[in-house]
Amino acid sequence: MIEQISFYVFATLLVFAASMVITMRNPVHAALFLVMAFFNCAALWLLLEAEFLAITLVLVYVGAVMVLFLFVIMMLDINIARLREGFARYLPIAAVVAVILAIEMILVVGPANFGLEQFAEPARHAADYSNTRELGNLLYTVYLYPFEIAAAILLVAIVAAIALTMRRREGTRHQKIEEQVAVKAADRVRIVKMASEPGYSETDGDRS
Amino acid sequence: MIPLSNYLIVAAILFSLSVAGIFINRKNIIVLLMSIELMLLAVNMNFIAFSHYLGDTAGQVFVFFILTVAAAEAAIGLAILIVLFRKRRSINVDDVSEMKG
Repeated sequence: MIEQISFYVFATLLVFAASMVITMRNPVHAALFLVMAFFNCAALWLLLEAEFLAITLVLVYVGAVMVLFLFVIMMLDINIARLREGFARYLPIAAVVAVILAIEMILVVGPANFGLEQFAEPARHAADYSNTRELGNLLYTVYLYPFEIAAAILLVAIVAAIALTMRRREGTRHQKIEEQVAVKAADRVRIVKMASEPGYSETDGDRS
Repeated sequence: MIPLSNYLIVAAILFSLSVAGIFINRKNIIVLLMSIELMLLAVNMNFIAFSHYLGDTAGQVFVFFILTVAAAEAAIGLAILIVLFRKRRSINVDDVSEMKG
């Protein structure tokens, strides 16, 4: 009973947050509602006993990706009014397409095909069951090669993001490493031969 | 007892909402990227629901990889957005039509 109540609460909040994401005027509000959608989705995943992925969703998505989104939104000063042009114009066709899409998918995945008769709810795991251990066992044996490819993809993403956004501004001072390495002593130090100053003695330290 | 179809219906509604979001926010690249994130979330929900009801953890491994690729996609998409904004001072999709024949 408590499971059903929490499912319907989280599902309702998830759909509400998603509809606010796509209709909000301000992109900052949209991003914050997307955070709310991610939290509710993580709660639904907890109901499905995918604890590791639920925590990953909160940590990686809310903690990293959404912060990146908010960072970019606040860094750029965006003219919201111009971006809203065409909102009312495309609203009817969007609503029609979305409703048709939803009805079609619900007819396919509805209770007639995927109800409790076809897919009985599996028994809950014992309290000492570890979803993380299960996932790790699979990830580091059967899926080791895809796992390493995923790591390479992340590395490529880092390099691409930095290479795209890095720029050399005029007028800033930075090191020229190759010149510093190639320098000779003769370029920097000039040795001057000169006679010591007459009439100066180190013992008493005064000039006469 | 929550049937599998409930989770699938929630994911279907979420997917349709994000398709509608792409239609009505077709000028704002930031909201377009957010709609794509919502779509991936709906797909991940399907994977996890089937993984639970079929008792197969492989579905969760797939969600893991989708999360990885989605994070990379968001990072590169936002980097492209910043470069675009530096060049054009705007993120309107209609301003990016130089290559139109």
